[in-house]
Amino acid sequence: MSYLETNAKFVPTGFRKLLYLNWPVILLLAAVSSFGFLMLYSVAGGSATPWMEPQVKRFGVGMVAMLVVAMVPIWFWRNMALIAYGGSLALLVAVDMFGEVGMGAQRWIDLGPIRLQPSELMKISLVMFLAAYYDWLPLRRTSHPFWVLLPVVFISIPTLLTLAQPDLGTALLLLIGGATVMFAAGVHWAYFATVIAAGVGTIYAVFASRGTTWQLLKDYQYRRIDTFLDPSNDPLGAGYHITQAKIALGSGGWTGRGFMQGTQSRLNFLPEKHTDFIFTTLAEEFGFVGASTLLALYALIIFFCLVSAVNNRDRFASLVTIGIAMTFFLFFAVNMSMVMGLAPVVGVPLPLVSYGGSAMLVLLLAFGLVQSAHVHKPR
Amino acid sequence: MKRPPKETQQSARSIGRRSLVIGASQLAMVGVLGWRMRSMQVDEGDIYRSLAEENRINMRLIAPARGLVFDRNGVPLAVNEQNYRVIITREDAGDVDDTLDRLARLINLSPEEVESAKAEMARRPAFVPVTVAERVPWDDVAKVTVNAPALPGITAEVGLSRHYPRGSDTAHVVGYVGPVSDYDLSKIEDPDPLLQIPRFQIGKTGVEAKYEDVLRGSAGTKRIEVNAAGRVMREIDREEGKSGADIQLAIDSRLQSYAEARLEGESASVVVMDLESGDLRAVASAPTFDPNLFVRGISGPDWRALNENKYRPLSAKTVQGAYPPGSTFKMVVAMAALESGLVGPEDTEYCPGYTEVGGTRFHCWKRGGHGNVNMHRSLQESCDVYYYEVSQKIGIDRIAEMARRLGVGVEHDVPMSAVSMGVAPDTQWKRDRYGEAWRIGDTVNASIGQGYVLATPLQLAVMSARLATGRDVRPRLVHSVGGVIQPSGAGEPMGLNENFLRRVRAAMFDVSNAQRGTGFGARIVAEGMQMAGKSGTSQVRRITAEERARGVTSNADLPWERRDHALWVNFAPYDNPRFAVSVVVEHGGGGSSVAAPIARDVTLQALYDGPPPLEAYPSNLRDAIAEQQKRIENHVARGMTASDRA
Repeated sequence: MSYLETNAKFVPTGFRKLLYLNWPVILLLAAVSSFGFLMLYSVAGGSATPWMEPQVKRFGVGMVAMLVVAMVPIWFWRNMALIAYGGSLALLVAVDMFGEVGMGAQRWIDLGPIRLQPSELMKISLVMFLAAYYDWLPLRRTSHPFWVLLPVVFISIPTLLTLAQPDLGTALLLLIGGATVMFAAGVHWAYFATVIAAGVGTIYAVFASRGTTWQLLKDYQYRRIDTFLDPSNDPLGAGYHITQAKIALGSGGWTGRGFMQGTQSRLNFLPEKHTDFIFTTLAEEFGFVGASTLLALYALIIFFCLVSAVNNRDRFASLVTIGIAMTFFLFFAVNMSMVMGLAPVVGVPLPLVSYGGSAMLVLLLAFGLVQSAHVHKPR
Repeated sequence: MKRPPKETQQSARSIGRRSLVIGASQLAMVGVLGWRMRSMQVDEGDIYRSLAEENRINMRLIAPARGLVFDRNGVPLAVNEQNYRVIITREDAGDVDDTLDRLARLINLSPEEVESAKAEMARRPAFVPVTVAERVPWDDVAKVTVNAPALPGITAEVGLSRHYPRGSDTAHVVGYVGPVSDYDLSKIEDPDPLLQIPRFQIGKTGVEAKYEDVLRGSAGTKRIEVNAAGRVMREIDREEGKSGADIQLAIDSRLQSYAEARLEGESASVVVMDLESGDLRAVASAPTFDPNLFVRGISGPDWRALNENKYRPLSAKTVQGAYPPGSTFKMVVAMAALESGLVGPEDTEYCPGYTEVGGTRFHCWKRGGHGNVNMHRSLQESCDVYYYEVSQKIGIDRIAEMARRLGVGVEHDVPMSAVSMGVAPDTQWKRDRYGEAWRIGDTVNASIGQGYVLATPLQLAVMSARLATGRDVRPRLVHSVGGVIQPSGAGEPMGLNENFLRRVRAAMFDVSNAQRGTGFGARIVAEGMQMAGKSGTSQVRRITAEERARGVTSNADLPWERRDHALWVNFAPYDNPRFAVSVVVEHGGGGSSVAAPIARDVTLQALYDGPPPLEAYPSNLRDAIAEQQKRIENHVARGMTASDRA
């Protein structure tokens, strides 16, 4: 029984819950999604089909789902955490065995009407499960080596499974999302420092050994890493997309070329212009003003989530909010870094803007949890 | 698990602190993203903007209209003809097979055309238009246009293609165009980007090839917006190219057609040169070919037929054919002898019908001999022995020098393909060519235009022109380029003794007009129009003793390839020369009997600028000539309609 349950009599009930929703976040989500609708309309050459219309419908369904999740008390979701994690893990394994191959990677599982991406589901389930774990774990054991090792295993299993698909972007999100929950829960900073130092050290060793007698990787592996880190080495292959994306983004200038006037996307120079690279179209057509506005909207969502988390005295509610906020943050930060040439192309969509049902639905369900956490706190 | 309030507080505090760290690092990342956005979009925006422009804007070349070729009177010889083609765009066509079936029912389409269109469509992206049929008649274009709704993706398009209205008559002079080959490209150091345009055509032979730079014009450009797949989205602007310059030839197409018709049935050539300007009024070579076949892309069987024909229709014999000039070379030797001062005009040689040189017997064509012969009689009756003797006195080098001065064995600047230089051999030449010393027998052979001497019909006409005028008349084939008149070929006096020239001309007059002259049978009787000429019959190979034993004595008994060449040169009118003419009939037999009548007819056509009155001919020939004129007129008319229809 957590703090919240003991104070359940102070929690809003019935329709009064609607008043206590985190309305700024809802409005911001709608605003960001609207940006997405606009861009999907634009990249289709001024047409609601084939992308905008389904996206709007999904947004509608997603919003309803979010409200439903928000209405359910947060402690119910805490109790569901283990089931959610176990289920997601089972689906991930299933996908590795029976999953369809899409975009060169095994990611989907076909459940009749819905095509499900278990790795998407896992992003929330992992955060939920870790939050519930720390809610259950006595505070003083938080930094105990054994009780630190356990969540590391919880994180590692799905991370390795998605890495095997291979879906580098999702693996990265799971890893950092999970680590963030651990960090927020108060695991001693020395663990993080050690891991980061070890990681940096390994990377340094790998590169420093190149060309020496004790070289750690084979030559072709180095070349692959080179191309991955700097696609301009391969201007007609991997580099082509990123070069075109940068041209689109840069040519936007201060105010952009105007709605539906972006030549790069209009003329099909951009790859995946309705999915992973949609930000480039936005930046091209609305310029720095439009792009930084979207960035600000994203930042505000994170801000309101963190404020809600800090003000919530329920450990599970806070941790789940922080974890989801971090996952959401990672989505747009990695995507933007990728299209701006700051990070290698790993295939992470721009949250709520990129076309894609699975991602949007899962994100809105996640924000349902955030809302539920926000609503179900004693007033 | 119930948490004591103290622990709850501790947890909340810890989460608050850690959240601050998380929030701060997130904010830092947002700052990095914003900074990167700013530097790319604002600071480096111009660079990326220009990269984007380069990306989407593509320059395409517009082929300029090729310059036209006219004859001296403005009659078009090479034009650009509009023609229609039917094209199909796969992505608009729906069911391609079905659409093509419907098209084939509507207009005349061969199964091959349909198949090749399908094959090309399969190779190319769906948005690239593919030609189904070319040179479609207007009726079919109308049918396609009217039935457009039933033929999705099919349109009729207009294009330009080269056409030669006079067809085969001017084929060797004007030449023809054809698609650029890899070989063409390899020859050019810095190829015009135009040559990369698919189906672009360049001059392959004749004036079309020699004046390619002038006729081609310069490319226009259009800027088009394309997408990453290369698909044209829209045209932004265009700058029209400069059409090629027009060329006016010195050729008189009427005379040219007459000459071609007159040569019909022979493997022969005629050159008519205007003495006043060096203009080449007619440069005809027979048999000839239809240059329009090449523009369309000649078929394999047609090509083989032209290439394997033993009369070599593709060869411009007027400039490419180098023949032993035979007796037409005697004027050269006569002039060399007179100019040398070693031989006087009235000095005589005795002709017993042969002469012995170094143990070899050289025969005169007249077995019985001519007796005592001076220069005049030697030309008039074409006595060989006179030249055998005279040439030994003056030596080959003097003869070769005179040949070159008169235009034989030197290069003439005419814009035709593979122009031969001929040979005016001398001692040096033989040493260079064969590494052997010149022998006296070589001189004797050369003195009657045999042996190593070779001349083209053009060179023979130039020789005749220079003898007639005393000036170094130069042939001029192109009258003007882009309206700029080309320098006249009238030439300057060559410094030859006018008295000697007059004597040679007088002898040539008697060749044509004196009873005993070899060309008397082909004389012109119209007052003031008489011509002065010289026949030549050059042996391709001696009749061997064995053949003689078998009874082969005359040309007619030999196979065609081994018969004598018949040659003739003349100028006319004698009193006031206007034209020089040369005729060579390959393996035609006797020069005076075969070549001279052709030259007479062509000369008269030139002098009268059309069919001459029958009174210009000796009375005994008039009926036959009337017949011949009618036949040729029909022929010319028929030939022209045939090529116009094509």
